[in-house]
Amino acid sequence: MSEALHQLPPLIASHVLLAAAAMALALVIGLPLGLASARKPGLAAVALGFAGLVQTIPGLALLALFYPLLLALSALLGGGVPALGFLPALLALTLYALLPILRNVIAGLQGIDPAILQAADAVGMTPRQRLRMVEAPLAAPVAMAGIRTAAVWTIGAATLATTVGYPSLGNPIFAGLQIERWDLVLSGCIAAALLALITDGLLGLIERGIGQRRRSLSIIGLGLLILGLLLACLPLLRAPERTVTIGAKNFSEQYILARLIGARLEKAGYHVAYREGLGSAVAFRALQSGDIDVYVEYSGTLWTDTMGRTDTPPRGAMLDGIAQWMAAGPKTALIGPLGFENAYALAVKPGAGMTSIADLATKAPDLTLGADLEFLDRPEWRAIRDAYDLHFKATRAYSPTFMYRALQSGQADAISAFSSDGRIAADHLTVLADPKGAVPHYDAILLASPRRAKDARFLAALRPLVNHIRVEDMRSANYSVDRDTDKQTPQEAARWLDSRTHR
Amino acid sequence: MSTEALAYEHASRRYAGVSAVDYVSLKIERGSFVALVGPSGSGKSTLLRLANRLDTPDTGRVLVDGKDIAQADPIELRRGIGYVFQNIGLFPHLTVAENIGIIPRLAGHAPVDVAAALERVGLSSDLAGRLPAQLSGGQQQRVGIARALAGEGKLLLMDEPFGALDPVTRDTLGKTVRKLHHDLGLTTILVTHDMAEALLLTDRIIVMAAGKIVADARPGELLSGQAGPEANALVAVPRDQAKRLAALLQ
Repeated sequence: MSEALHQLPPLIASHVLLAAAAMALALVIGLPLGLASARKPGLAAVALGFAGLVQTIPGLALLALFYPLLLALSALLGGGVPALGFLPALLALTLYALLPILRNVIAGLQGIDPAILQAADAVGMTPRQRLRMVEAPLAAPVAMAGIRTAAVWTIGAATLATTVGYPSLGNPIFAGLQIERWDLVLSGCIAAALLALITDGLLGLIERGIGQRRRSLSIIGLGLLILGLLLACLPLLRAPERTVTIGAKNFSEQYILARLIGARLEKAGYHVAYREGLGSAVAFRALQSGDIDVYVEYSGTLWTDTMGRTDTPPRGAMLDGIAQWMAAGPKTALIGPLGFENAYALAVKPGAGMTSIADLATKAPDLTLGADLEFLDRPEWRAIRDAYDLHFKATRAYSPTFMYRALQSGQADAISAFSSDGRIAADHLTVLADPKGAVPHYDAILLASPRRAKDARFLAALRPLVNHIRVEDMRSANYSVDRDTDKQTPQEAARWLDSRTHR
Repeated sequence: MSTEALAYEHASRRYAGVSAVDYVSLKIERGSFVALVGPSGSGKSTLLRLANRLDTPDTGRVLVDGKDIAQADPIELRRGIGYVFQNIGLFPHLTVAENIGIIPRLAGHAPVDVAAALERVGLSSDLAGRLPAQLSGGQQQRVGIARALAGEGKLLLMDEPFGALDPVTRDTLGKTVRKLHHDLGLTTILVTHDMAEALLLTDRIIVMAAGKIVADARPGELLSGQAGPEANALVAVPRDQAKRLAALLQ
């Protein structure tokens, strides 16, 4: 739990910053739009209709939607618009906050007794005076209720910003869900809930001050709100030059390696921040744009998905090709392979008398293959099947946990596996060799952002990891995090892995 | 200076093709207390609203103190004309004192003597710090009148000011207004649908129907049936009630 709490302050800071910026933007748009809508019923119908429509889009989907939108916008403007991180999160949250603000500003203004508005005109108020002295104070309590709702929503929904690569209190929530660390999930949830409660309370104080005409109450509420905002954002004042952001995709191995990289960089004098739970497609773009400085990718993923290649060259040729492509195009750097692969592989129980896929092929017609849910539809399976002329008696698809149990219980005789999966070590399985080189290589490779590619000290701090992480150690580390009992944190697993690296 | 505090010259105002005020010409002398009576929808409130540009005539002119108000700044014009309405329209978030002081505050003039303004309408100065919701209906309308008079305008427009009040309050408030009218030398126009009130309070009664003036007479002339059929119909009710009340007393 203490580790979970330790990483909260910078996340709270960026969370608060995002929520506050989204609320400010929503107010800047919502207040005048609400005012104009209250005067023009036609505009109100359009504005409320739009805001209501936005509200029906799930928060996660709305965030995801901004990614292609901003990419297209960036292409249109000739680049420079970040499609990940702060901007899409800000825009999505702003749109989300708009509806309650708009609705309540309009309701507040339209709820004013017409006789009072007529009186305002009759005593000779200018439209501006009428707004300031009559309409604004009378609509304020209703409008404030909407602002409170919007603030609570925004603080809650800001946890989703994690998925577009902006650090928020969603980081421990998503990471904890992935590796089943409930203390992480709880720390994120409780922190976000407390933030929302405190904000709601202070806004409520302002609302009471307005409603009861007690200016001092409103000023105290506003003062505390600003003070809280400043306090929460203090951790952001650290020198950005020395801060390295380490990216991680959303599975245990990535979390562990991120912590290992972080430990090495901290030793070299860098301040380290983590951006975890990135989608596979998101990670490389985040590196390219400098949103993250370093992360671990897999050569096959980069080769096919990002570079769009369809061939399967040998290991060395693929790594050379990647290094050249990166230096030429995206100006990022391949620091080097870590020394293990996380590739598709076929595994059998120990003592099955097989060491390679060629051995398996001779016995396959009497055997059953257990596969994870997507393996049988993937090009990797077709490549292996065709290269070794594999014909099983039967194939069955399982969810990963059940697949390993099926192998143990004898329902399956061979299974598809990820070569660095911790359960291979735990179950003492034999990973079959691939003498024909049919399986594409998925070497874990360390990548650096354009800026860090020129940072000699940075590269020197990480180079000792290159080619020095053994697949057996990675499996053990993964298993220590994934297993059901006596779970280690990614940080603990990283420390253990570091001790096994000897460099 | 013109002797008319307020004059309409062929003023018309239509809403969606229906005439609310139909080619009305009218002169109201300085210092007079005039009632505008007529059934609902007869155009009397619209006619009143044309006087301070809360509404604008489609055709014709309205003159205040002999000057065409179409040429005047509507904000300045309204600050110089007292206006009281049935719904009272006190600002609920402002205290009694702030409500009364609003016109001088808007105009950037010296603040009003709230205690004196309250006393003038028969209220204790203790009420100055209260919010309108803490007052009775009659007290609220007295504050409404005090607010209308705080602009020091000599023209007072009242749109059914006693409509929402109980009969006893109506009567005492009517007397208060009559006294203020006299003491301050006001020109007062009172829109009402209560003929008895008009007969008892005012010097001149203008009867409207369908946007036109159908009768214009002093109270005595009206009671004696010299002001035409529409006026007679309106007068018949209080006259009959008075007879029946007198009969009950015997």
